[in-house]
Amino acid sequence: MLVTYIEAIRQAMDEELARDRNVLLMGEDVGVLGGAFKASTGLQEKHGADRVVDMPISESLIVGAGVGLAVQGMRPILEMQFIDFISCGFDQIVNTAATLRYRHGGQTACPIVVRGPSGGGVHGGLYHSQNPEAWFCHVPGLKVVAPATAYDAKGLLKSAIRDDDPVIYFEHKFLYRRIKEEIPAEEYLVPIGKAALRKEGRDLTVLTYGAPVHAVMKAARDMAAEVDIEVIDLRTLLPIDWATVKGSVRKTGKVLIVHEARLTGGIGGEVAARIAQDCFEELDGPVMRLAARDVHTPFAPAMEDYVLPNQEKITEAIRKLAAY
Amino acid sequence: MTEQKDRELYRWLRLIREFEDRTSALDKQGKLMGGVYSGKGQEAVTVGFCHDLRWDDWIFPLHRDLGAFLVKGADPKRLMAQIFGKRDGFAKGKDSYLHGGDLSNGIFGSTSCLGATLPVAAGMAYKFKIRKEDRVAVAFFGEGASSRGDVHEAMNFAGVHKLPVIFVCENNFYAYSTPNELQFGVDNVADRAAGYGFKGEVVSGNDLHAVMKTAGKAIDRARTGDGPTLVECKTYRYHGHSEHDRADYRSEEEVITWESRDPIALWEIYLEKRKYDIAAIRKETAEEVTRIVEEAVAFAEASPSPAGPEAMDDLYAMPIDTEAR
Repeated sequence: MLVTYIEAIRQAMDEELARDRNVLLMGEDVGVLGGAFKASTGLQEKHGADRVVDMPISESLIVGAGVGLAVQGMRPILEMQFIDFISCGFDQIVNTAATLRYRHGGQTACPIVVRGPSGGGVHGGLYHSQNPEAWFCHVPGLKVVAPATAYDAKGLLKSAIRDDDPVIYFEHKFLYRRIKEEIPAEEYLVPIGKAALRKEGRDLTVLTYGAPVHAVMKAARDMAAEVDIEVIDLRTLLPIDWATVKGSVRKTGKVLIVHEARLTGGIGGEVAARIAQDCFEELDGPVMRLAARDVHTPFAPAMEDYVLPNQEKITEAIRKLAAY
Repeated sequence: MTEQKDRELYRWLRLIREFEDRTSALDKQGKLMGGVYSGKGQEAVTVGFCHDLRWDDWIFPLHRDLGAFLVKGADPKRLMAQIFGKRDGFAKGKDSYLHGGDLSNGIFGSTSCLGATLPVAAGMAYKFKIRKEDRVAVAFFGEGASSRGDVHEAMNFAGVHKLPVIFVCENNFYAYSTPNELQFGVDNVADRAAGYGFKGEVVSGNDLHAVMKTAGKAIDRARTGDGPTLVECKTYRYHGHSEHDRADYRSEEEVITWESRDPIALWEIYLEKRKYDIAAIRKETAEEVTRIVEEAVAFAEASPSPAGPEAMDDLYAMPIDTEAR
């Protein structure tokens, strides 16, 4: 069936709510309104107000209450209306949820999913454009995923809901209604911890995730005559699929990492360091990164475009790397 | 109350006091690493709220509520091993003191961000409510934590859904060194309950009768669907915030005033007025609690210290390949 990225998210939640009575969806305006972006349209009507819960504006409570439910064997999906507000629930994620199993010596699981719209390119300004995934990749005990396709959005969310560890699920709002894809009508899962090879190539590897996957794929197609690009969509950011990453780098000898999150302290830094250390002998050029400039994501279109990676910057970076 | 229950309550008060005193002594002897947060002086609060709970109810103790662990059913031996940071502790050495709860007995371990357990308790109570389970959650917090947003968020949500949760504020007048008058502008933390649409009560936290009466009503309200209660227990910690804190910010007179309202001494006066054989009760109880704590310390000392690589256990349901090096 042909679905948008956001419809894939809605379907994943709908199917899991129907499959397992321990699954709940909690968040601001997720019930009657069906979510600020309509990711949960019809779910409260279908599954009941007890299980699709309109919460007060209290991100810390939403995550903390999710932990309390999880200790009782429930599997709450906790929506941040914008992922920018996840910082209001930061303590509960980092100190309560991520440590829960560890500080209880393995006595309990913590099957929560914290999900919400991240990313820029929609003129959302400072508080509706953020990509804070790197903060969470620094926290042991969490898993972090960021799907780029409708297929993965559905399959990864279903896997996240069934996972016994806390999963932070970054959906990209730029993709919500801009991409439409055929996905299977029958049930499927996408495993957490596995990258996707989006395009095979011999000359260089581009590692990316989220919305930039589509710009990188376009560049790979447009530049096919001059350079044969391998594109890997990381999909899971914690734990990273190092086997796939290193296998590709060892094959091509050149790597560019592209992410929409800021450069400094971004995931690209960790990926680059691992590659530099473990694939040094095979490298045939510098490990390069393209990321947002180290500034907040500004509102005015020209400024936003200046700050975020775009088609032109990706093409330029690929050309520069290919020249080595 | 029956003589049997009166004596049982006394036994709990004394066991907690013995456990607290021994923990402080072990700390002085250099046998414990990490912070020790004595709840000495506050025993009536935890006994009063935990004694009549059922095994499948849940408690969310704060950092100085080892008494709540004991009364709710934690094995004293494992609790002492937890305090020692040994493998037989609830956290298997991954953290000490009360950060590792005993989930098999409905005891949730707190983090150091005090008040952060209240949203968790509210979430759990929400599950009890939607599944129509006859269970309650009791969340303890200090008056210092009452300033935190988490406390407000949890109480607000509990009020919206009339959740079976009891919020117990242990107001011991100091958050580390910060006195009540620099912590909040209201007379009582419990006054805030009105803002959440449920009942708030202030009780003398050193008077076990008063605590039990108020706790009983609050637990009944929660069980019968009448929603949450905020109970503020005015009490006092004899020691500093932790054992290294000399608590010079308090006057000697103030400390002595509170010591003269000691919850255990008050209970002994009651037992005496009931004309029980107080001398015999004292002696028997002392022997029993000393033995229990001795055994707990021996167990904890004998428990193995976890080996370095055990640090990587219990992080995820299934180990993930982190290529840790």
